[in-house]
Amino acid sequence: MAVEGLRCKECGTDYPLDARYYCEECFGPLEVAYDHSGLDAEEARRKIQAGSSSIWRYADFLPFEGGPPATRTTLEPGLTPLVRADRLAEELGLGELWVKNDAANPTHSFKDRVVGVAVAKARELGFQTLACASTGNLANAVAAHAAAAGLDSYVFVPSDLEEQKLLATGVYGAKLVGIKGNYDDVNRLCTQLCEERPWAFANVNLRPYYSEGSKTVAYEICEQLGWTLPDRVVCPIASGSLFTRIGRGFSEWIDVGLVEGELPAFTGAQAEGCSPVAEAYGEGWEICKPQRPDTIAKSLAIGDPADGPYALELARRTGGEVESVTDDEIRDGIRLLAETTGIFTETAGGVTVATLAKLARAGRIDPGEQVVAVITGEGLKTLDAVREGFEMTVIEPTLEAFEAGTRDAAPTAA
Amino acid sequence: MAVTVKIPAQLRGVTDGEGEVEVEGGTVGEALDAVFDAHEDLRARITEDGTLRRFVNVYVSGEDIRFQDGLDTELSDGDEVTILPAVAGG
Repeated sequence: MAVEGLRCKECGTDYPLDARYYCEECFGPLEVAYDHSGLDAEEARRKIQAGSSSIWRYADFLPFEGGPPATRTTLEPGLTPLVRADRLAEELGLGELWVKNDAANPTHSFKDRVVGVAVAKARELGFQTLACASTGNLANAVAAHAAAAGLDSYVFVPSDLEEQKLLATGVYGAKLVGIKGNYDDVNRLCTQLCEERPWAFANVNLRPYYSEGSKTVAYEICEQLGWTLPDRVVCPIASGSLFTRIGRGFSEWIDVGLVEGELPAFTGAQAEGCSPVAEAYGEGWEICKPQRPDTIAKSLAIGDPADGPYALELARRTGGEVESVTDDEIRDGIRLLAETTGIFTETAGGVTVATLAKLARAGRIDPGEQVVAVITGEGLKTLDAVREGFEMTVIEPTLEAFEAGTRDAAPTAA
Repeated sequence: MAVTVKIPAQLRGVTDGEGEVEVEGGTVGEALDAVFDAHEDLRARITEDGTLRRFVNVYVSGEDIRFQDGLDTELSDGDEVTILPAVAGG
C-alpha cells in the first residue's frame, strides 16, 4: 500500500486522508505521505508504460489506492508533448532545449492535472460541490471537470480577469463569482468560505491532493527523455505549488530507482510586477514579503505565495535561481516562443521563456545543459498580450491588388 | 478597544468550540495576547518566540497586517481580527 496519510511538512504530525490542508499544531501545510519501500522499479516502469495516455498511468504515485480511481472524470489530463526546441535554443545560444507544452491539456493548462486529482478525491470523499480560488486557468479546469463529473461548481476569481478566461469558465455552467480585489483577496475569502460551506475547494481543503497532480509533469519529463533527468527545469512560480511539486516528482522517482542522478537545477520565473519569490531569492530571505500584484501575467499574480519558502529552498538547494522579467519582456517571450517553435503560450509561458532568454543571454545557463522549459498554458487565453504585435494587409481579391499591396514582402512565381 | 478575534475551524477544539473571542487590545499583538491568556493552548500553535508562525496570516477587517504594522497594527473599537492558515491557494 503506497498511500499512508496526510503529514505536516513542518512538524511531521500525521492526519487521516480527509479534506484538510493545514496542521493544527503549527499551521504548516499538509502533504500526502507514501510508503514506496519494496517497490520494484522495473515492474513499476512496465506498469506505467502499459497504462493510459494520461496522468492516470502514474496512479501508484498519486493519493489513491488500487490504481486509477473510479471517481476520476472522463477528461484525461496529461501526457502532453515534450517538444525539442532547436530553433529557440539556437536563438538563445543554448544546447539541448525542450519545451513541455502543457497547453495541450483538456482545458489548455497544467491545471487539469491538479484538478483531475482533486475532483477524483472530492468524489471519493462524497462532496457534491467543487470550488476554487483562481487566477483563471484553475477556474477553467474546475468548471470543466465539475461538469464532466456532474458536480456543482463555484468559481471565485478577481473580477478584472481576462475575458477569455471568464468565458472559458462560464460556458461549463459554473457559478462564476468575480471578486472586487486581487487574487490574494479571493484566496482569503475562499479560506473563510471553506469553513462555512460543505464544498471541496480544490486549492484549499483539498490542496494536499490537488498539488500531487503537479508531480506528473516531472514523471512525464523523465519518461519522455527516456527515463532520465534533465539538467535544468525552468518553470513559472505563482504560489510555488507547481514548481515545488515538480521537484517532489523527480525526488520520488530518484528515491524509488525509476531514474538515476541528481535533481535538476530549478529555475523559477516570475513577472516583475508580482515577484515576491524572486525578491526573496535576491535578498537572501527564507520567506517572502507579500506584494500587491501589477502585471499582465495575471495567472501568476499571487502576491502572497503559499509555497514561497519551499520554492526558495528548492531553487537554492539545486543550484537554480528565481528571476523576474518585465511585462514587455513577457510579450517578447510569447512571440519568441511562437516564432521559433510554433507554440502559442499565454502570459505565464511568456514569463518562462523571457526568464530563460534573460538567463541564457547573460551566460547564466551553460550551453552544455539539457534544459526543459515548462509552458503551462495556452496563448488564446490572454489575447490582449499579443494584440498589437503584427500587421494584417487588407486587399481586394485580385492578383493586381495582391501584388500592389504586398510588393515588399511577397516573392513572385516568375 | 473591544475587538473580535476569529479562530480557524480546526483550532476550535482549543477554544471550547468558540469561533470568535471578544477581547480588549490596542494593537493586534495585544488582542492576540488577550486571546492566548484565555486559551493558552493557542499561543504555541499561532506564535513561535513571540512572533507569528510563518504559515499564519492575520487580517484586520480583511487587510493583511503585513501590509500594515504587523503585530503593532493599531485597532479600532469593533475591529475584526481574523486568523487564517496561509497555505491555501495557487
